[in-house]
Amino acid sequence: MDVLTTPFLTGTATGAILFLAALGLTLTFGQMGVINMANGEFLMAGAYATYVTQQVVTSSGLSIVVAIVAAFLVAGLLGLLLEVSIIQWMYRRPLDTLLVTVGVAMVLQQLAKDIFGAQGDAVRPPTWMRGSIDVFGYAWPHRQLFTIILALAALGGLGALLKHSSFGRRIRATVQNRELAETMGVATRNVDRLTFFLGSGLAGVGGVAIALISGTNPTLGTTYIIPAFLVVVAGGVGQLRGTVIAAWAIGVLTAFVTDWSSGSMAQVVTFAAVVIFLQIRPQGLFTVRTRGLA
Amino acid sequence: MTTTTTEALGVRDAEPTVAMPTDGSRRRSSAAALLRTSAPLLGIALLALLLLVWAPASLTPFRLGNLGKYCCWALAGVGIGLAWGRGGMLVMGQGVFFGLGGYAMAMHMKLEAAGPGNVPDFMQLYGDGTMPGWWEPFRSGAFTLFAIVALPAVVSFVLGYAILKRRVKGAYFAILTQALAVAFATLLIATIKQTGGFNGLNTFTTFFGHNLYDPQVKENLYLVVAGLLIVSLLVVWQLYRSRYGELLVATRDAEERVRFLGYDPANIKLVTFVVAAVMASIGGAMFVPIAGIISPSNVDATASIMMVAGVALGGRASLLGPALGAIAVGYGQTTLSEQFPTQWTYFQGGLFIVVLLFLPLGIASVEPKLRSLVTRREGVA
Repeated sequence: MDVLTTPFLTGTATGAILFLAALGLTLTFGQMGVINMANGEFLMAGAYATYVTQQVVTSSGLSIVVAIVAAFLVAGLLGLLLEVSIIQWMYRRPLDTLLVTVGVAMVLQQLAKDIFGAQGDAVRPPTWMRGSIDVFGYAWPHRQLFTIILALAALGGLGALLKHSSFGRRIRATVQNRELAETMGVATRNVDRLTFFLGSGLAGVGGVAIALISGTNPTLGTTYIIPAFLVVVAGGVGQLRGTVIAAWAIGVLTAFVTDWSSGSMAQVVTFAAVVIFLQIRPQGLFTVRTRGLA
Repeated sequence: MTTTTTEALGVRDAEPTVAMPTDGSRRRSSAAALLRTSAPLLGIALLALLLLVWAPASLTPFRLGNLGKYCCWALAGVGIGLAWGRGGMLVMGQGVFFGLGGYAMAMHMKLEAAGPGNVPDFMQLYGDGTMPGWWEPFRSGAFTLFAIVALPAVVSFVLGYAILKRRVKGAYFAILTQALAVAFATLLIATIKQTGGFNGLNTFTTFFGHNLYDPQVKENLYLVVAGLLIVSLLVVWQLYRSRYGELLVATRDAEERVRFLGYDPANIKLVTFVVAAVMASIGGAMFVPIAGIISPSNVDATASIMMVAGVALGGRASLLGPALGAIAVGYGQTTLSEQFPTQWTYFQGGLFIVVLLFLPLGIASVEPKLRSLVTRREGVA
């Protein structure tokens, strides 16, 4: 059983992180046509927010709770800053936003190196997170379970927000038809900024989970950004359920191939799997149906 | 006043929503038109003079070697300019094709250094001294030259066919090419026994029988790569002037309209993708004897992005912009990054931000912009 359960559970935890990383990407791409390559650096910002919080709040149990809030705010505000300073001038030029945010990612990485040093820092998990539970004979670390709970909470929260709040309704209206939403009085520019804040903040929360599992590192964003984008490509743009399924699938696939072969083989297989999947569904799992010819 | 080609070809990416019609008011019967058609050729001739005559005569051998390296990146850049500037396909994984050519050449030179029947040194160091079977054909120089063209062509064709035929485009396409570069580099690092892993392939002695330490051979190698760069520019110039070039730009600006006219945009883009891949591969193949090394860091996602950076800086849709931009970024990378390693990263990032915010069409768009400004003034007066 161990051969199957271990990669499945580890993969689910990886998928949970990928989901948190991909949420911001799929939201901003679906709504604004913006490709944010700096989203990986928001994960990194969240991880460092966790590290800094732990230096200030010494009680490791309390510090994690504070860190989640701090990471959300730090990454969210970074995202907002990015939108206001650069992205807002480049709407509807997706390829240019992609390259601009590559530049932003380089700057943020070097900034983290200059502030925190090129070496990573360790983050102490709180005592209740150090144990593990027994699943079919595999000692599953609590940290991975925590990651999954974090992702589920983000999914539930975001889903409820999109479905039931007036802000969520405005987001959905903007995604479906921007011009029509504007004529109905939706201040789409403000909606855009809030979406950017929200998506970046959720990446920051993903950073908390990464910090607990593998510590901080100035370049950790580069590890996650490409798989996160593959999640968006396979899941379909602007869709919660597509993102959930694709993140889970890619996380589990990566874990299985890593287990059988190696981590580098897993990257190659994931890439091939996504390209093959696009042969069947070129638009990803789910799409927003429009009459446009895009 | 007449508009320059760059302006007429439109500023935006290949997004159907911002499709800009190409300027239909091209007058063909004036002296200005003659100048316009011969100006690109004049530019290429000037660059050829600079690279093939001036540089070898006045640069030290060390600097000439560096310039040779930049020319290798410029070869990849010319291909990126074709695919991205004219075809609207942002290719962020050209390092892969650069690497295919580079590793093919490096394998041949490694086998040449080892001598007939022998195994490259690093395989005895890291492995058990046996050579994988797929290395064997690269003993032949002719096969290596063939592989440098055929390998990237086949890989880019298969990948391009799979992606483009399913109408996956725009940002998706860019992301997939970058994911390919990431996967390629990790695979190289992981296969240390077959490809030298993180260290790559280095310590060569001869290039098709010529001693690599001979200054004359070094200069000749430079002349070959500079010549290849000029040839690639001529090829691209002809492509731009051809009916196919018009179709390519049309596909970039309004893919659906091209489809409705009965063309298959996927085929049009596929040709460009393959041509760009082969150009990058030739650049990579020449990089090996000139730089004396090829390693995963020359071909990974970061290297691929720096190839794009040069093209963005120079002007993606212009003829000479990609080549000149690549040379400029290459110069910055080797000289500035050694003196100011930290600041260089900020500079790299800043370069992307500033160029794309203020000059989306690169430095090549400065002159036409100024000219149109002057024209407008004249019009008012």
